[in-house]
Amino acid sequence: MKLLTGNDLKTGFVTWWTGSDWSIHIEDAADVGEHGEAILAVEEAARRVNAPYIIAGEKTADGPRPAHIKDRIRALGPTVRPDLTLKPADPAAGDWVI
Amino acid sequence: MYKYDEYDHAMVAARVAEFSDQVKRRLAGEITEDQFKPLRLMNGLYLQLHAYMLRVAVPYGTLDSRQMRMLAHIARKYDRDYGHFTTRQNIQYNWIKLEDAPAILADLASVEMHAIQTSGNCIRNISSDQWAGAAADEITDPRPWAELLRQWSSFHPEFSYLPRKFKIAVIAADEDRAAMRLHDIGIQIVERDGVHGAAFYVGGGMGRTPMIAPLIKEFVPLEDMLSYAEACLRVYNRYGRRDNIYKARIKILIHELGADEYRRQVEEEFAHVKSLGIDPPKAEFDRIAKQFAPPALDASAPDAIDRSDPDFAVWVDQNVAAHKVAGHAIVNISLKPIGGIPGDASSAQIDLMADLAEQYSHDELRVTHAQNIVLPHVRKADLYAIWQALDAAGLATPNLDLISDIIACPGLDYCSLANARSIPVAQKIAARFSDLGRQKELGELKLKISGCINACGHHHAGHIGILGVDRKGTENYQLLLGGSGAEDVSLGTITGPGFDEDGIVDAIERVTDRYLAERAEGERFVDTFRRVGMAPFKEAIYG
Ligand code: HEM
Ligand code: SF4
Repeated sequence: MKLLTGNDLKTGFVTWWTGSDWSIHIEDAADVGEHGEAILAVEEAARRVNAPYIIAGEKTADGPRPAHIKDRIRALGPTVRPDLTLKPADPAAGDWVI
Repeated sequence: MYKYDEYDHAMVAARVAEFSDQVKRRLAGEITEDQFKPLRLMNGLYLQLHAYMLRVAVPYGTLDSRQMRMLAHIARKYDRDYGHFTTRQNIQYNWIKLEDAPAILADLASVEMHAIQTSGNCIRNISSDQWAGAAADEITDPRPWAELLRQWSSFHPEFSYLPRKFKIAVIAADEDRAAMRLHDIGIQIVERDGVHGAAFYVGGGMGRTPMIAPLIKEFVPLEDMLSYAEACLRVYNRYGRRDNIYKARIKILIHELGADEYRRQVEEEFAHVKSLGIDPPKAEFDRIAKQFAPPALDASAPDAIDRSDPDFAVWVDQNVAAHKVAGHAIVNISLKPIGGIPGDASSAQIDLMADLAEQYSHDELRVTHAQNIVLPHVRKADLYAIWQALDAAGLATPNLDLISDIIACPGLDYCSLANARSIPVAQKIAARFSDLGRQKELGELKLKISGCINACGHHHAGHIGILGVDRKGTENYQLLLGGSGAEDVSLGTITGPGFDEDGIVDAIERVTDRYLAERAEGERFVDTFRRVGMAPFKEAIYG
């Protein structure tokens, strides 16, 4: 699958295209298929998200999983500070990244 | 400490106002990211993996308690309650919101700080010896010269768009605690016939092509120092490679021209520059220098230290250094607790260090290039009270310059340029060698980790260096041995094929075991490596 991601203009937070809007939760991310470039062009013009880009990912039972570790760390948060990730209560959340 | 004059205040205030307006326009969608990016970078605001990152300059690593408290305040109010002290004696915040950036810069300005020239192809924050003004071995305090360079380089119109970033370090002792020769310009204040002058080393650096700066001029009279620096930069600005970012640093120019030809061109330029009157009149320099006047320390303060608490004694032996004034000492606060994140400090810890500086260290603190903090002017009689307060805050790890005092860049946990994570590797190594007796047995051992070829974690200059690389999408770590960023400067050599995260920790253990087997009396790890060479270590690692 193909995912569209970037960083929110105001907060800088990592954000994912859900099909109709942006979400900080990768679980909400939509497969943009062939439409990535077209959505990207519209969203870039809207100037809400910085430097959006398209990445490869795979569908899993837990939701979309980016192919590259960098985007998995972006999706979760720093592996060395579980308390600052999006899943602070889940001690095994970091396993998803590696 | 240097206090801003009216020009400094006006410059910084104008910049805060200008940037506030730029942020407003960006948030309103009036300018694009492509237009805004160079503007935010001029104010130290990067976009990293999880959020905006703000790099705040700490000129030559010197702070007072009021400034340090402001750093804690920013961490608490605008970030996630911590900051990361860097190898360039700065601090970085990892979770900044664009909408907060103007308020943060205004807060910084209120304590005479800013984030200007912490990014971009300009002259960056001037770094220096963290023990400046206190070290028993310095010939003078290098910071007035660093401050002069700061003033000269701030908004220098000719040098705002250099071919590439430019880093300067100034020291005044033979022991190099600032990695001086790994800077674009390294200046050592030296003495000749009772007169001080500046030795200029130009063209050092790390990154993908590490180089040790050659000596370009042995003795520049101090009244010519700015003109000489100006000449060095002019030649670079004219001939540096703007066509290729990987060849754009001054080290490449000097390497290609040769030191002799570069020197010839600098001398020619200097003859012209000197006539421009850039160097300040002596009265102006004296005005700056006066602000670095040593604090009034009582040399008759008691010299003895009560070592009856064994944990305290261990810390004194490892983390406390000689001060130039009797009865006093330099306290090195390790930001490297075992299992912690090198260089990170919470706002409560930053506040505590500020309190200790105010109470015990004539209101002064320093940031070190090894990502630690220093209280430079402490009475020996106060050491125990300081240690107790540090210990209660998790800041009394007695590991200065030992294998667990690791320099590590943010790596892939935070940095968008990274290939691999640095911090977890640092944590695993520190955990493997957590036994203090074992660390002390190994002695001085500088371990430095970068998460990519840019070398922010100084891996080329580590006695043991680690470089994170991307091997087909997985993290991989190369091992380097034999580097040094000190006065015995050298560049590390790669041992061979890389390792995964656990493999690199095992490899380091094999290296240190071999060192213990090979070492001669009194040798540090790097001494043994230099004597016996790579072969025995390679054999230990790869069999
Ligand atoms: C996270 C954001 C950072 C970015 C984007 C970044 C980027 C870079 C780049 C591109 C270089 C290579 C420059 C060149 O070879 O021309 C570099 C070098 C360097 N950076 Fe960083 N860096 C970051 C963080 C840090 C941190 C946290 C530190 C301190 C721990 C640091 C200290 C240095 C140092 C000392 C160098 C070596 C300078 C040299 O090449 O001579 N940087 N950085
Ligand atoms: S060395 Fe690479 S990974 Fe580490 S901070 Fe610098 S740019 Fe980022």
